[in-house]
Amino acid sequence: MGYVSGLKCRECGREYPVDPIYVCEFCFGPLEVVYDYKKIKRVLTRKNIEKRENNLWRYKELLPIDGEPQVGLNSGFTPLIKADNLAGELGIKELYIKDDTVAHPTLSFKDRVVAVALTKAKEFGFDTVACASTGNLAHSVSAHGAKAGFKRFVFIPATLEPSKIVASLVYEPNLIAVDGNYDEVNRLCSEIANKYKWAFVNINIRPFYAEGSKTQGFEIIEQLGWKAPDNVVVPCASGSLLTKVWKSFKEFKKIGILKKLDTKVFAAQATGCSPISLAIKQGTDVIRPVKPNTVAKSLAIGNPADGFYAIQAVKESRGYGEDVSDEEIIEGIKMLARAEGIFAETAGGVTLACTKRLIETGKIGRDETTVICITGNGLKTQEALDGHTAAPHYIKPNLASFEEVLKKIGGK
Amino acid sequence: MAVKVRIPTPLQRLTQGKEEVDGVSGTIMELVTDLDKRFPGIGERISEGGKVRRFVNIYVNEEDIRFLKAEDTIVKDGDEVSIVPAIAGGARQ
Repeated sequence: MGYVSGLKCRECGREYPVDPIYVCEFCFGPLEVVYDYKKIKRVLTRKNIEKRENNLWRYKELLPIDGEPQVGLNSGFTPLIKADNLAGELGIKELYIKDDTVAHPTLSFKDRVVAVALTKAKEFGFDTVACASTGNLAHSVSAHGAKAGFKRFVFIPATLEPSKIVASLVYEPNLIAVDGNYDEVNRLCSEIANKYKWAFVNINIRPFYAEGSKTQGFEIIEQLGWKAPDNVVVPCASGSLLTKVWKSFKEFKKIGILKKLDTKVFAAQATGCSPISLAIKQGTDVIRPVKPNTVAKSLAIGNPADGFYAIQAVKESRGYGEDVSDEEIIEGIKMLARAEGIFAETAGGVTLACTKRLIETGKIGRDETTVICITGNGLKTQEALDGHTAAPHYIKPNLASFEEVLKKIGGK
Repeated sequence: MAVKVRIPTPLQRLTQGKEEVDGVSGTIMELVTDLDKRFPGIGERISEGGKVRRFVNIYVNEEDIRFLKAEDTIVKDGDEVSIVPAIAGGARQ
């Protein structure tokens, strides 16, 4: 038996049974999983966790499943890297990178949420899984779904870059390319989800799916030696990841795994799509929807579903929000690669560049411990760096030609 | 001529199945209060404590009231008001 007692509306508190539903019938608020923390506290201890396999299911009591994990048995538990070079460059004492660029199997944090969503879809008895996505989620649903034996429908805007289409197609899902933008694809998927009995991971499975993001936070705590950092910087698209990372810290505190929690949570966005960081800076709870215009396409959600809750998490933890230009994002990607040998997608550039600003403006103290969440691999969005990297040194296949170049480089 | 108010599917149970009803001119909250008199229960579905619920979007002549004066936005006869649950992604029902 699991540790979930039901679903509850985040807005009005009405309770619902565990079903593939996601919205409150009364006030239209989002539903959230309710756990029996007293029961969890008795079984989920540091000692028990440490004995388990190195994957995200080592925290399974705090994930919304009833039986045993069925999908993503190699997902999660990505490295937490002590980034001394980067810390030096930024002028701070202690910096860690939570590196989901190497998430299994599709190199982004979406492998966490999809592992949980598809396990839940199995429990509900679905034979088909689906999603609307522009990239990372499509890849993860296609891959995890292939291994788990689901029929898969993946909906994308038809104008998506060819490299992203191939990275889904290789797993042979039914890839539906819609003649419309992402918002239109999403709207269509809401209609399809009402009509067909499929598990749409980010629609009717959303309350369960979103819980998977907590594993990133659990791992940070464990990998820091069962300590919470002073600061954590999280990129925001819908705002769900940030909300869940904060929730994971609070849950560990609640069940006694963390003795002390004094972490500030910071929201990182691109200035070209910054409804969350803007609201935080203006001190308001009201999200003003925007039309995205940024190189960070994986963060380009103009009307973020969990924006309000992300703002609450930032406020509650006494953090802040920051946003950066496309130039700073590109420089952030290059800085991370140069200093730490990690190639992140554009969202990673956003997180690093925002962190730099937060340090410069004194929001993040130089003597504190800071963790930055790097959520996806740069190999997926290489076109973002077109014209921003140096050119190779072209030579003839002889030593003289090489040494001529070497002189120019100043090697010897 | 009154204010035209479009009712989303989940709330049509309260309007005897009507997709469109007449509303009174004034502020958005005055309009909601009046709707609740004629369709008891609809007020608490749309608003709480004088504020429009967070996951309910209201449009006046296609413009989101968050871009106007929010709950204090004035509607007049001939205006069109749409009530749209946020989960519909802003799409018209």
